[in-house]
Amino acid sequence: MDWAPIILTLKLATVTTILLVLIAVPLANWLANTKVKFKPALEALISMPLVLPPTVLGFYLLVAFSPNNAFGEWLDQWLGLRLIFSFEGLVFASIIYSLPFMVHPIQSGLTNLPHSLTEASYVLGKSKFQTLIRVLLPNIKPALLTGIVLSFAHTMGEFGVVLMIGGNIPGQTKVASIAIYDEVESLNYGLANNYSLLLLGITFFILLTVYSFNRTGIKSFWK
Amino acid sequence: MIRLKLHKKLHANQGLMHLDVDLNIPDGNFTAIQGKSGAGKTSLLRMIAGLMKPEKGHIEVNENTWFSSDTKVDLPIQKRGIGYVFQDYALFPNMTVYENLAFALLKGDNPKVIDDLVDIMELGDLKALKPNILSGGQQQRVALARALVQKPKLLLLDEPLSALDNEIRAKLQSHILELHKAFNLTTIMVSHDNAEVLRLADDLLIMENGCIINQGKPTELLSGRSLSGKFQFTGQVVDLKVEGVVTIISVMVGKELVKVASEKQEVSSLKVGDTVLVASKAFNPVIQRLS
Repeated sequence: MDWAPIILTLKLATVTTILLVLIAVPLANWLANTKVKFKPALEALISMPLVLPPTVLGFYLLVAFSPNNAFGEWLDQWLGLRLIFSFEGLVFASIIYSLPFMVHPIQSGLTNLPHSLTEASYVLGKSKFQTLIRVLLPNIKPALLTGIVLSFAHTMGEFGVVLMIGGNIPGQTKVASIAIYDEVESLNYGLANNYSLLLLGITFFILLTVYSFNRTGIKSFWK
Repeated sequence: MIRLKLHKKLHANQGLMHLDVDLNIPDGNFTAIQGKSGAGKTSLLRMIAGLMKPEKGHIEVNENTWFSSDTKVDLPIQKRGIGYVFQDYALFPNMTVYENLAFALLKGDNPKVIDDLVDIMELGDLKALKPNILSGGQQQRVALARALVQKPKLLLLDEPLSALDNEIRAKLQSHILELHKAFNLTTIMVSHDNAEVLRLADDLLIMENGCIINQGKPTELLSGRSLSGKFQFTGQVVDLKVEGVVTIISVMVGKELVKVASEKQEVSSLKVGDTVLVASKAFNPVIQRLS
């Protein structure tokens, strides 16, 4: 069995999750506090991947990033970034695709914290950034963990988006879900079964971990 | 001296309310604020702290301008250096008691101030515990100590003792009074408890619909008419019982139940739950040693 698709899948999920934390924490914090009028529109946009067929997302990303288009050409020429049929492109698409899974838990975690915690920190002379890092985030660890695990698992399971903009390049974009599809198409059911079982095992183990911790009191574990 | 002149439109339960306050508070004063809920007490504290922005007016503390709508000054909350105790205490659940206090330290501050506060507030045994396992009174002590780590000149207390029972209340009142003197604080406290105000405050403000409708010494304002009482307590009526020509009124003063015989005429305006003043005018009270 070729392990490359599994390793690529784990690599994609890891890179995506790390970048998502960096993007989603400020975004969720802003969403939790802002009163701008277009907030519902923005929230709807972030949640779109939950209901949109992944192929739709993949299709538009493909169109947008194609070097035949103005935007894709600009990316290619000025940043040397070609986002279709490349690992970078998969990361980008996965970030958009899994964004709601990271933003939602963090946003609701922050919204549920008493506002007086933030105010108390300000009164004690701490900046917004210090307050976020030292007071708010440590108090929403369960939400953070949920976001991280769900995004990781969700990225591992993506197929439609990857197929549309990544294609099937071994070592570059051929992730496990694509490999399974590939093997089935070539009637290698045995190999497809191996990949599938492995994915099944990994995702079950990840979710089992989360639910076990939730059961025994995730709070006591993190504190 | 703190000089306040504040105006803001607030959306209260009853609809739009104009908060209009013009107030001077001398240094070292202990001021209590009373009023119905929605009268603007908390809003007033929040504006002083910088947690809420007034529309018009100015806030001047010891000749420093914290806010002025004319000169567009609005000192950030972080720079005002006040002590604020929130109604829900707002202790950080992820930190131990000691860490909560240490969080308040500014760069270059001597950590010894924490040990001093731990001693004064009797927090020694609780230092390593997380706030969520502490009782209300203990949390209150931590919140009070944390508010004083930076040695503020101004302490704002928003109904700090409202959730506590009488015994702990009385103890914490002594703590507050002790700290008020030891740290040379100017303290502003929102409180519903008359006994508390009588015990702690130098001045009392009564607010209604965003305005200060009465201002003066607590004894004058709370007893209604000035009584040349030598010996007086406030308490709550718990029972009225007619016995012949007099009515026996049971009054809860602190933890003690006191029975007062009264003529029917006086009783007609009283009902169970009223807060009353029990005073003796003509006779000296008897004092007996208990311990």
